[in-house]
Amino acid sequence: MVDERELVEAAQRGDRPAFEELVRQTFSDTYTLAYRLTGNEEDARDVAQEAYLRAWKGIGKFRGDAQFSTWMYRITANAAATFTKKRKRQRTESIDDIGEPAESRYDYQPAAMSEAADLLDRLSVAVDELPPKLRQVVVLRDVYGLGHEAIAQELDITETAAKVRLHRARHKLREVLDLPGEQRSGASAHAV
Amino acid sequence: MLCEQVQELLPSLIDGDEHNVEALAHVETCLQCQAEAARYRKLLRAMTMLRTRYLAPNPSALAQTLAGLESELERSAVRAVLSGKRLAYAGAIGGTVATAATVAAFVARNRKRGLKLAG
Repeated sequence: MVDERELVEAAQRGDRPAFEELVRQTFSDTYTLAYRLTGNEEDARDVAQEAYLRAWKGIGKFRGDAQFSTWMYRITANAAATFTKKRKRQRTESIDDIGEPAESRYDYQPAAMSEAADLLDRLSVAVDELPPKLRQVVVLRDVYGLGHEAIAQELDITETAAKVRLHRARHKLREVLDLPGEQRSGASAHAV
Repeated sequence: MLCEQVQELLPSLIDGDEHNVEALAHVETCLQCQAEAARYRKLLRAMTMLRTRYLAPNPSALAQTLAGLESELERSAVRAVLSGKRLAYAGAIGGTVATAATVAAFVARNRKRGLKLAG
């Protein structure tokens, strides 16, 4: 496998095969993020393609102080946000009101899985089922480690809005951890 | 502070929000809230693990993306060439008009001078 830095430098000189090799090397990562942000395969493919197109057009601006894949995360997040807004306009309904959960890609077979794998499966499904606005923020922050400022910039929202959405998303996802033997201890408040 | 209030803040507190001193002090002394904070930390660890859990795209997705990318880049290149040609045409027309105007002005000036000499 050719070194990522060499490929980036070649792509910056206009070498399209080098860029295509970068696409091959990072496709799983970019597609996975696009899927987690959009919630379905078809949209994920469109977003991934748009992200790579933007990357090709902007490769000259990539300074190389971060990994190419990290740079792609931001571009993919931005492409997904644009895509979601366009979709929202087309459907003329609030994405927050979409009640239909995204179709699960996982065959849920608890007996056959370890506890950790089981938790990750349930978490994946729960992330898919979040309203898109919450899902985008929590995926970018907690799965891909982007900062609040970067998230706000790429999703074209304020940092405060990003923090509020993250808070709400974590609150909802927290319920996934409530296994049968691990129920919340109730709201028996006590002052300290 | 009440546990209920603190637990409402936990999703942000675990991110290292050190401004809420009162809530942090509560967590330090409350086993129930510490347990709840531990659950959130577990959630964050699991979320980080999702990063390396790739979703297998349809086998044709990469090929489709590369093909789509290529055709889009070809289209962009054609558009660039066309807009370049358009600019060249506009430049040529502009140049011709400017030359014609200069020639017309020159002819008009010479004609005026000829009339003055004749008079």
